[in-house]
Amino acid sequence: MIRSTIAAFVVALLPFALIAETVEEKGLAIAVEADKRDEGFDDSTANMTMELRNKQGDTSTRYIRIKTLEVIGDGDKSMSIFDEPADVKGTAFLTFSHAIKPDEQWLYLPALKRVKRINSKNKSGPFMGSEFAYEDIASQEVEKYSYKYLRDETLNGIDCFVIERYPAYKHSGYTRQVGWINKAEYRPEKIVFYDRKNTLLKTLTYDGYQQFLDKFWRADQMNMENHQTGKSTTLTWSDYQFKTGLKDNDFNKNSLKRAK
Amino acid sequence: MKHVLTGFMLSTVLLQTPVNAAQWSGYVSGQYRGFFEDPADPRQHNNYLSAAAEPEFYHSWQGGDHSFNSILFYRVDQYDDNRTHGDIRELSWTGVFDAFEITAGISKVFWGVAETQHLVDIINQTDLVENVDGEDKLGQPMVKLSTAQDWGTVDFFVLPYFRERTFPGVEGRPRPEVVVNTDADAIYDFSAGQDHVDLALRYSHYIGEWEFGLSYFSGIDRLPSDFFPITFDPGGQPTAVVPVYSLINQAGIDGQVFFGDWTWKLEAINKEYRSGRRKGSHAFQSVVGFEYTWVGFTGGASDLGFVVEYHYSDANVRDTIFDNDFATALRFVLNDAQSTEVLMGFLTDADTRTAAGFIEASRRIGQNWVLEAELRTYNGTEQDRPLFSFRFDNFVQVDLAYHF
Repeated sequence: MIRSTIAAFVVALLPFALIAETVEEKGLAIAVEADKRDEGFDDSTANMTMELRNKQGDTSTRYIRIKTLEVIGDGDKSMSIFDEPADVKGTAFLTFSHAIKPDEQWLYLPALKRVKRINSKNKSGPFMGSEFAYEDIASQEVEKYSYKYLRDETLNGIDCFVIERYPAYKHSGYTRQVGWINKAEYRPEKIVFYDRKNTLLKTLTYDGYQQFLDKFWRADQMNMENHQTGKSTTLTWSDYQFKTGLKDNDFNKNSLKRAK
Repeated sequence: MKHVLTGFMLSTVLLQTPVNAAQWSGYVSGQYRGFFEDPADPRQHNNYLSAAAEPEFYHSWQGGDHSFNSILFYRVDQYDDNRTHGDIRELSWTGVFDAFEITAGISKVFWGVAETQHLVDIINQTDLVENVDGEDKLGQPMVKLSTAQDWGTVDFFVLPYFRERTFPGVEGRPRPEVVVNTDADAIYDFSAGQDHVDLALRYSHYIGEWEFGLSYFSGIDRLPSDFFPITFDPGGQPTAVVPVYSLINQAGIDGQVFFGDWTWKLEAINKEYRSGRRKGSHAFQSVVGFEYTWVGFTGGASDLGFVVEYHYSDANVRDTIFDNDFATALRFVLNDAQSTEVLMGFLTDADTRTAAGFIEASRRIGQNWVLEAELRTYNGTEQDRPLFSFRFDNFVQVDLAYHF
């Protein structure tokens, strides 16, 4: 999810190329380049704690394990397994992302031992009651957006490019998103989301970046604030591991049913 | 340096045993069932309390390639001795060998796509005494071989030993007017009886937005083919029956497809009886329907789903309540932190004016507690239809469970 977010939010380093590039072309070229920069991790696993907060400050917590498989020439395959809350333990999602055609997504309900194919077109809905929508969690393929470079800006002392992107998906919950990208490392530092009425909806901030295998940047924490409801969700990532030897057989309906 | 790196990578892989290599989980719950009217039979009651526990133990090794699963279930009911029951829901080993996997032991398998009736789902016997909606299943002894390939998934089952269906006892409610006596021997109208080894095969796959499955089962029908009276009142009317189980071959098909926010679903079975008085006859049953989801209902985070399913059966009217029926339901999902959901609907028979209604709601409280409530109503049931027995049995049920 994070590597793909980077993909959409990096601005090309063409300081000396005096090509009369439009801001849209610049944005797309950047997304393609950033996608390449996060290529080659093969597979990854990580643990995630998701903390939901409402306006009153009440919290509830989810523990989720996520496995990802890089697919050459297509979007990632991923599996998310819930460890907590206890009543949803063993619930798992399997997603095959694609660039242009709709993602395929399955939900495993352990009490019924039922694999349910779910409609990935309902992507604007909240993921497990959090402030992250399904489309925020999904693998962010380059072709899912069109882009425009806006300007340069300094954010919290960090030099950033500011990019705008527009979802190609017509049922998206967003009109547009604006991202601040760290110029030095091409990592997103902040993304602002605008809803279907083009009103400010949410802000996502990234903290605690670490580099793995001398290449891949992953944030320790992601915080999503919903300005309209006053609710927020914090994702805390830990135990990142790459190239663990996962294969296609680990990402199918049979392995989904075995998810624990 | 290279060895150090290899060693590091190797240790990373070996240490990649899942965090939950050996774990306990499950729930304990208390349930209250309250009826609005006095019962048809004075031996029944108006209020029932029961408690249940379902501990689960899981262990895996070899990086998850081998796993042991066990789920035990037990419920104690205040009045119904039949409802006080236990079951081994799961006690199995699964081994994964590349694209192949084997499961041996007692397990559960779910087939199908429909919401209001599960026609193709034949592997496991229904634990009917647990809930009237028939969604709870008994563990089934099996050896299952499965392979997931690019062209689809194939599952093959060998199912030794048949599990008999559970039924409410004399003091249970709701239950049919004529009690099913599960202490007396059930009738198997073929020689092998309960030890008959059943076989099943299933092929499933997806192509884009289409999901489909084909299945074939040869063995003992989980649904009793008949009920044989064994005790009578002075007037000659049956007071208790035993189930009759027959051999069948059942071919099934199930599928679903998405068109925008619409999901269309189909399940159909063709059953051929191979034993007993129905030998040689066929029964065809199907359910077809759609679900439409209004995502972001009234602009908020909630979803509202509309479910309509039509049921058809060419079988004798006594066999099933689903012979020419519409089931319609609304599913309201709040998408909140407490996973609040409400499902409400009713089943109407197109030939008669029978209607059965239901409301099911659930919500998490805190981090570990789940509260569920159900309301079931049976209205305008006509004599000579299976639901006629339930005409006084409108009830509300509340479950509070602690999950760990």
